[in-house]
Amino acid sequence: MNKLRLNKTWMYIPLILMAIFYLLPMYVMLATSFKSFAEVDLKTMWNLPSGIHFDNFIEAFSKLSPHLWNSFAMVIPATLLSSALGSLNGFILAKWKFRGADVIFPFILFGMFIPYQSILIPLVQFMNAIGVKGLPGLALAHIIYGIPITTLTFRNYYASLPQELLEAAKIDGADMLGIYRYILLPISIPSFVVVLIWQFTSAWNDFLFAVVLTGNQQWPITVALNNMAGSQIVAWNVQMAGSLLAALPTLLVYIFLGRYFLRGLLAGSLKG
Amino acid sequence: MLRDKDKYLSILLISPSILAVLIFIYGFIAWSVRVSLSKWKGLNADYTWNGLKNYLDLFSDPRFAVDVRNTLIFTGVFVIGSILLGFLLAVMLDQGLKGEGFFRSLFLFPMAISYIVTGVVWRWLMNPATGSRTSGLNLLFSYLHLDFLQNAWHTTPYWGIAAIALAAIWQMSGYTMALYLAGLRSIPTELREAAQIDGATEFQIYRYIMLPLLSPVTLSALIILGHMSLKVFDLIVAIAGKQLPLDVPAIYMWQTTFDGLFYGRGAAIGILLLLSVAVLIIPYIRYTLKTETEQ
Repeated sequence: MNKLRLNKTWMYIPLILMAIFYLLPMYVMLATSFKSFAEVDLKTMWNLPSGIHFDNFIEAFSKLSPHLWNSFAMVIPATLLSSALGSLNGFILAKWKFRGADVIFPFILFGMFIPYQSILIPLVQFMNAIGVKGLPGLALAHIIYGIPITTLTFRNYYASLPQELLEAAKIDGADMLGIYRYILLPISIPSFVVVLIWQFTSAWNDFLFAVVLTGNQQWPITVALNNMAGSQIVAWNVQMAGSLLAALPTLLVYIFLGRYFLRGLLAGSLKG
Repeated sequence: MLRDKDKYLSILLISPSILAVLIFIYGFIAWSVRVSLSKWKGLNADYTWNGLKNYLDLFSDPRFAVDVRNTLIFTGVFVIGSILLGFLLAVMLDQGLKGEGFFRSLFLFPMAISYIVTGVVWRWLMNPATGSRTSGLNLLFSYLHLDFLQNAWHTTPYWGIAAIALAAIWQMSGYTMALYLAGLRSIPTELREAAQIDGATEFQIYRYIMLPLLSPVTLSALIILGHMSLKVFDLIVAIAGKQLPLDVPAIYMWQTTFDGLFYGRGAAIGILLLLSVAVLIIPYIRYTLKTETEQ
């Protein structure tokens, strides 16, 4: 026993080294963000800030705040609608199978893996043709291309529920919508949290759809941050503060709801 | 048995989603294929038949050859790195050490951040400046007297893309760790105990019992990470912009279509990307759904 314990304590050394590796970028981002303009210098990148200064955040926020709001305005409806659709689809595909349901499912799933470059030209042409541009168009794209993953997560969850649950309700005279509304929906809250977090994170972090579907007034935060970082005018310390602002919403979600985040992650590899 | 009313209702409720998938995924793929077979170059749509010319041109295009080479290097470094690191982290976290939850959350948090943020930060970490302007990781190496590790990162000729893969490993290895950890936890403890009683060492247990049992997890990780590397885009754009030495098909597609207005070629690249992803993903979906029905 003693030997075993000794055997394991040394493992903290590689674990802590790895922890440092994962934290390095965070450290630079945080330390730089809180430095005053005067002490910012690439040569002292690894030094701690002399105190807490908000110069960088004020500068970054003044440049990025409209884009943060754009992100929220687009991500919230996209997340809610694609989750609602996924729940309904998952319910039907798992528990209310019509003929062909099992054939349709893999075709929906494939949509979750396609490289979006293969649909990008038609997507832009189509959105222009129907006149849905900017943020509404971007939200629509996230809703539709979110359907496969949200459907998958809910289908796997509903499929794991015993069929007897539905049969009992049917005998009591409940119809399909009644079963969904009064039996499945109340116990789907954890799955909703998983899917909402997943959709929020992927829509917030998306860059490709945003860059082709929005113009500079409507850029969400990812595109605005990338352009700010690419310009020579904005100093790197402000870029770091901007990165932190852009990462904060999803990081907070992760910190407070990490358990659900992990479940969504595992669902994304098909193994619901 | 389905009652008729419920049957029609279920079809009615799912049809908007099916229609959307049909149009936005399969319809758009077909539309892209059609564009890739056209002469479309310029602001106005031009569907004049061009046969396979756009594809054939790509195969003799030196830029596309760079893209393929970069994708291969990136995939190799990223997939092998993430799987090795993820497996090691999972094995260490599987030992029941104190603070396991803390380390697990720490290794996973980069997954919550966008590639753009990762890219912007790593761009400064991998600053290639030398001499008195040395900074980022190179500066850290010199503090630690590890100067031999200093390098030009993504500006290294030929292998620069491997530095991008390093940032991708930072972001994604937590994911493989989570996959392996879930896999390890699903292996019954009796197996481990039986092997211990038979006198197997910890290493032997992982090598000869756990690793073979985890091969479905390894397969999943290979396919998911592999298809991600074929699609890599944001991370490179955020670290290095659109530089030719770090070009990949996704960036070429974007640039030639939206900057160069060469829609025919852009669509051809998109379709080639789709085909390469499909080769990995379609058997994977079939395999997963088959094992699911067997269970």
